[in-house]
Amino acid sequence: MPARTSWIPYALIAPSVVFLGALFLVPLVQTIWLSFSAGEGFSLENYQRMAGDLNFALAIKNTFMLTLVVVPLQVVLALGMATMVTKLDKGRDLVLWVLTIPLGISDLAAGLAWLALLQNTGYLNSALYALGLIQGPTGWLSQETPVALFFAIVLAELWRATAIVLVILIAGLQLIPKEFAEAAEIFGAKPWTRFTRITLPLLKPSLQSALILRTVLAFEVFAVVYALGGRNFPVLAGEAYVWQNDNQNYGVAAAYAVLIMAISLAATALYLRVLRTRPEQLP
Amino acid sequence: MTTSAAELKTTSTNRSMALPSARRLLLWTGLAVLIAWVLVPIYLVALGAFGGRLGVFRWPKSIWPSDLSFAAMSQFLAIEGVFNALVNSLIAAGLTVVFSIALGAPAGYALARYTFRGQNAYRLLVLLTRAFPLAILALPLTVSFIRLGLYDTPFGVSLIHTVLALPFAALVTQSLFMGIPREYEEAAWVFGCTRFQAFMKVVLPLALPGLAATAIFAFVISWNEVFAASILTVRERTLTAYLLRILAESPLHYRFAGGFILIIPSVLFIFAVRRYLFAVWGIASK
Amino acid sequence: MADIVIDRVVKEFGSFQALQEVSLTVNDGEFVALLGPSGCGKTTLLRIIAGLETQTSGRVVIGGQDVSDLAPRKRGLAMVFQNYAVFPHMTVFENVAFGLRMQKAPQAEVKRKVERAAALLHIESYLDRYPAKLSGGQRQRVAVARALAVEPAVLLMDEPLSNLDALLRLEMRTELKAVLREAGTTTIYVTHDQTEAMGLADRIAVMYGGKIEQIGAPLEIYATPATRFVGGFIGSPPMNFIKVRCSHGTARIGDAALPCPTAAENLELGLRGEDASLGPSGSGIPFDVRVVEPMGSHLLLTGAIDGQLARIVAPPTAIVNAGERVGLTVDPARVTWIDGTTGRALARA
Repeated sequence: MPARTSWIPYALIAPSVVFLGALFLVPLVQTIWLSFSAGEGFSLENYQRMAGDLNFALAIKNTFMLTLVVVPLQVVLALGMATMVTKLDKGRDLVLWVLTIPLGISDLAAGLAWLALLQNTGYLNSALYALGLIQGPTGWLSQETPVALFFAIVLAELWRATAIVLVILIAGLQLIPKEFAEAAEIFGAKPWTRFTRITLPLLKPSLQSALILRTVLAFEVFAVVYALGGRNFPVLAGEAYVWQNDNQNYGVAAAYAVLIMAISLAATALYLRVLRTRPEQLP
Repeated sequence: MTTSAAELKTTSTNRSMALPSARRLLLWTGLAVLIAWVLVPIYLVALGAFGGRLGVFRWPKSIWPSDLSFAAMSQFLAIEGVFNALVNSLIAAGLTVVFSIALGAPAGYALARYTFRGQNAYRLLVLLTRAFPLAILALPLTVSFIRLGLYDTPFGVSLIHTVLALPFAALVTQSLFMGIPREYEEAAWVFGCTRFQAFMKVVLPLALPGLAATAIFAFVISWNEVFAASILTVRERTLTAYLLRILAESPLHYRFAGGFILIIPSVLFIFAVRRYLFAVWGIASK
Repeated sequence: MADIVIDRVVKEFGSFQALQEVSLTVNDGEFVALLGPSGCGKTTLLRIIAGLETQTSGRVVIGGQDVSDLAPRKRGLAMVFQNYAVFPHMTVFENVAFGLRMQKAPQAEVKRKVERAAALLHIESYLDRYPAKLSGGQRQRVAVARALAVEPAVLLMDEPLSNLDALLRLEMRTELKAVLREAGTTTIYVTHDQTEAMGLADRIAVMYGGKIEQIGAPLEIYATPATRFVGGFIGSPPMNFIKVRCSHGTARIGDAALPCPTAAENLELGLRGEDASLGPSGSGIPFDVRVVEPMGSHLLLTGAIDGQLARIVAPPTAIVNAGERVGLTVDPARVTWIDGTTGRALARA
C-alpha cells in the first residue's frame, strides 16, 4: 500500500479502539477497583462478604457443576449432529436450519420454553401421568428437588447452546479437505479410526474456539436458571445480579464479577494450552 | 486418465448414496429425534402462549392444540409496560446494529486491506473481549451511566450491547472484505474514483449481503441479552429485562406469551442468515 | 495520446529492493512489453506507473506532466487487470461505461462510446448481461472494452491473457493486436510469456532482478541478446551457452574454428538452437545427441557440445538417432559472445 496513505488504517480502527477502551477496558479496570474498595482505600471486605454469604459456596458448586456437565455434553452432541448432517445429501440445508434455530434464542426464552415442559402441570408431567408413573401434578423445579432442577437446567442449556458448538464445528469441518479421509480410507482406516485419527485432530482449532466460547458463556449462566428455578438454584452471575439490583451493594457484585472473569480467563488459558495446535500441523 | 477419474467419482458417489438401508434408517431416525428435540419446546411454548389462562392450568395436558385464542397474547401485550419494553428492545437492538457496523466495519476494512503497525495488538484487543464475560461489565457502568444520564435508556443498553457485537462485527467484516478482490477497488481508482467513491460504488454493493448478515447477528445479540439490560434499566426496560423482572409474580401464560415473542424473531433471523452462518462462524472462531 | 518517461524509479519493500533505478521511455502510440520471470519487478513497475504503488524515489512523467505524486484517477490512464476486475454487480454496459460515468460524460456520449468499444471487442450482444454469466474470454473482452471506452492517453495491461486457456489466448492475442493498432494508444503490457511479448510489442523491455536487462525490438532482442539472461529467457529452446577458450582471436571446438573477441577471460559462445545446421560427424562442432524429440514442425535434439548441455533444432526430415555424434555448422554472424564473468554480451569480433 502506498506509504503516503498509512494514516488511513489508524483512522479506520480509531473509533472502535476508543469505543472498546471506554466501554470495555475502563469498566474492566473499574470492576476490579470497585471490588477492592470498601469505605476507604484498598480492602478485601467485599470478597469477605461475598465468601461469607450463605449462597456463595452453593453458587460456586452449582456453576462449576453445570459447566462441567453441560459443556462436554454439548461438544459430544454437536460432534454427533455434525457427523450426521454431513452424511446427508438431500434436505441438508433444512435440517441445518432447524438445528441452528436455538442459536438465535435468548437464554431467557429458552428457560421459558422448558418451563412450559417441566412445570407442575406441564407436558412432562402430563405424559408421565398418562403412563401411570405419577399420580398428579408434581413439582420438579423447587428447592426440595435440587437434582431434578439441576437436570432441568442442564436440558435447557443443552437445548439452547449446543447449536453454537454445532455451527463452529461444521464451519471447521468444511475447512478439512475431503482427500484426507479418502486417503485414510484407501489405506484401510475404518470410520471410527478415520474420525479419531483424521477428523478430530484437524478439528482441534474449531474445538478450541467452541470450548472457549461455551465455557465463558457457561460461567455467565443466569437467565435460564432464573426462568426455571428462580433463586432456588444460585449461580455466580445470578448472585452478582441480586447483590447489584436487590441489595444495591455494588462492591460485592463487583467481587462476583471479578471472580467470574478470573475463572473465565483461567479456563481460556487452560484451553489455549491443552488444545494448542502448531501452525505447521494445519492443512 | 479423464475417463477413469470420472468413473472413480461415479462409483464413490454411488456408494455413498447406497448407504446400507439399515444405517440410512438409523441416520434419519437420529435426525428426526434431533429435529423434534429442537422444535417441540418451541411448539409447547407457543401452545402455552395461545392456550390462555385455562390452557396453562389444564390437567392433564394434551399436546394437540385446543381452544386456541389470541386473547392471552393480546392481554399480555396490553399489560402496562410490555409494549414499551418491546419498543425499547427494538430501539436498543437497532442502535446496536448501527453502532457495531459503523464502528466494526471500518476496522474490518482496515484489517483486510492494510498492513500496519499495531495490527496484531488490535486483533488481540478484539479477541480479548471474547475471553471476558462481557455482560458482567455492565455492573460498574451503572454508576457512570447514572452520572452521564445514560442509565435507564435504550441508548445506554445499546452501548454495552455494542461491546458484545463489535468484535464480532469487526472479524466478520474483515473476512467479508478479504473476499472482495482488491483489484476491483484498484480498477475503480484507475477509472476515476477516489478511495471513498471506489468503496461506495464497488466494495459496498458487493459486501452488502454479508453486512446485512452481520447486522442481523448484532440485532439478535442485543435482542437476546438479559443480564446487562436488566442491570442498566429500571423503568425503560427492554423486553428481556422486563420479563425477567416480572417472572416471579406473573402468571404462567404471560410468561409463555413473553417467551414466544422473544423466540419468533430469532427463528426468522436464523432463517435469513442461514447461508452466512457457517462462513461467519468459521471465520469468527479462528 | 502521450509518451511516458520513467526516470530512475526505485521501489523498496522494507530491505528488499524490488526496482533498482529503472529508467524507460515509451514513445507516443508505442506498444512496449515488460517481459520477465515472476518477481522481476515488472508488475511493481506497472503499478507505480498506474499510481497503485508509490515509488521510493524517481519520477513518472506522462505526456510531459510529472504524475509521481498523483492519485491513479488523475493520471489519465486505463488499466486491464490480470483477473479482469470486471465488476460483478454491474452489467457489461455499466462496466464499460464506468470510466465515462466517473468523468460525468453526458448520457448520449456514454452510449456512443460504449457501443463503439463494444463493437471493437465484439461484445455488443451481451451488453445487458451480468459478468457472472460470461466466460473468461468474454470477461477479458469486457475488461479491454472498459479500458478503451475512456479513450485513455495510456493503457496499462497486467498479464491480461494469463488466465485464458492456450487456444483462447492465441485468439485474443491476435485480436488485441488488431484492436490496439487501430486505437493507437500508448500501451505498456506486462507479461511473463515471451510469445505474447514478441507477437504484440513494438519494443520489449526484458526485466530481471528489479532491473531492465535489455530494451529493443522483438527481433533485435532475439537475435542479439544483451546479457546471458536475455538469451536464456527468450526463445524456445533457450539459447545454448558453451564455455570456450579464445586464443589469438579464434575459438576452437572440435574441428570448427570461430572468430572470437579476446576481451574477456571467461568466454561463452551463445548459440540459438536453430542457427546450427546438421552435417556429418567430423565436420564443424561435434554434438553428441542424447535425446531426439520429434515436435512435428521440427526435431528437438538434446545433447552435449564439448561435454556441455545443448539443445539444437533440426528440420523434421533430418535423420538423427540418439547416441549419434553429428557435426554442427554455425554462421559466425549469428552467434553471440558472452563475457562469462559479467554475463554481458561482447561486441562481435
